[in-house]
Amino acid sequence: MKKILFYTNQFFGQIGGEDMAYTEPQIFEGMHGSANTFGPHFKDVAEIVATIVCGDNFYAENMETGEAFVRQQIEKYQPDILIAGPAFNAGRFGIACGDVCKTAKAMGVEAITGLYEENPAVDMYKKDVYILKVGKSAAGIRKAVPLMANFAKKLLSGEKLGSPKAEQYYAKGQRVNIFCEKNGAERAVDMLLAKINGQPYETELEISTYDKVEPSAPIADLSKAKIALCTSGGIVPMGNPDHMVAATAKFWKAYELGDAERLEPGQWESVHAGFDPVYANEDPNRVAPYDMLKMLEKEGIIGSVYPVLCSTTGNSTSVADATRMGQEIAGRLVSAGVHGVILTST
Amino acid sequence: MEKAGIPATHICTVTPISKTVGAARIFGAQAIPYPTGDPNLSREKEMARRREIVMGALQLLTEGNRSVSGESNAVFTD
Repeated sequence: MKKILFYTNQFFGQIGGEDMAYTEPQIFEGMHGSANTFGPHFKDVAEIVATIVCGDNFYAENMETGEAFVRQQIEKYQPDILIAGPAFNAGRFGIACGDVCKTAKAMGVEAITGLYEENPAVDMYKKDVYILKVGKSAAGIRKAVPLMANFAKKLLSGEKLGSPKAEQYYAKGQRVNIFCEKNGAERAVDMLLAKINGQPYETELEISTYDKVEPSAPIADLSKAKIALCTSGGIVPMGNPDHMVAATAKFWKAYELGDAERLEPGQWESVHAGFDPVYANEDPNRVAPYDMLKMLEKEGIIGSVYPVLCSTTGNSTSVADATRMGQEIAGRLVSAGVHGVILTST
Repeated sequence: MEKAGIPATHICTVTPISKTVGAARIFGAQAIPYPTGDPNLSREKEMARRREIVMGALQLLTEGNRSVSGESNAVFTD
């Protein structure tokens, strides 16, 4: 028999409603609360050995404590799979389910949850864990339980999985090799003919769509404007004290430049792994032209230079992370009264 | 940044990437490893080139209520 560890919240764990949302994580032997609806689906295949119940507010506000608790239970019960939720469209519960699953995956334990498509946790965790597509509210539990249970059984038995669409989970963004009877050229022509003839067809690879950013109001007078410099060229103080990463950055840093007239060679370096940094290290202003902005400030062409360099590494950075970092940097620049930004990329 | 109300010019070399992700103001850079410099030039000429690129990017901050961008330097697109 395979072992399943189950995770749910205070409501589905029969502890209480919102008034119990600060309930600390606790463990029940065997099936507890909504775990009971899953149990019968695993007859003879697997057993729900324990159920973790945690209040939604507690988990959302104390994620590290929650994760530590989950890790302890995984150590103790050694499950083959963790099932969390389903959390439907519940925000805090959804994030808890995603995070619990991610924690299990990090320990090498397979984990699944079920979320409604608009639950913000879908975008946060779909890359890391299997998230089954379920209804908006608990009214969808009748469909959700067999869907999740059957998927879990496939994972437990090692059965080959179908496409995300066939299995009804949110695509993880991974590409896998498959064998097809027709080669790519033939399939493309079939698709084109179907399209021309108004017949249904299905793309094999969705093209990402991005925002088109509307420009904000222009600066009326540069000679009165405060200009900030940002870069995704991985420029950091020599020695990289903040451990900026060489690729897939998830954070940025603001470096105070004080009275500096330029980024002094020897005091700055680029840690970006996507280009040869020799020229940037010789003169960091080749990537982040702080010297030129200071010169233009002296000449009165621009009003002033914000004496801070906002820096990150733009190498294989996801659009989602870049968008979030952009919002964070914009927040800082707005509060600093910056009027315009020069952003350089390598 | 544009969404937060601060005009921002992206100085980059592979401008189609910037266009694809929707940047509103784009100015063509010198090269990938040295967007605002050129080690092949004398120090003086390199500074002149840097000035040209930074000034072009600053100029874009003062223009347009529509998407603007610079290929190998300042071009506008709708």
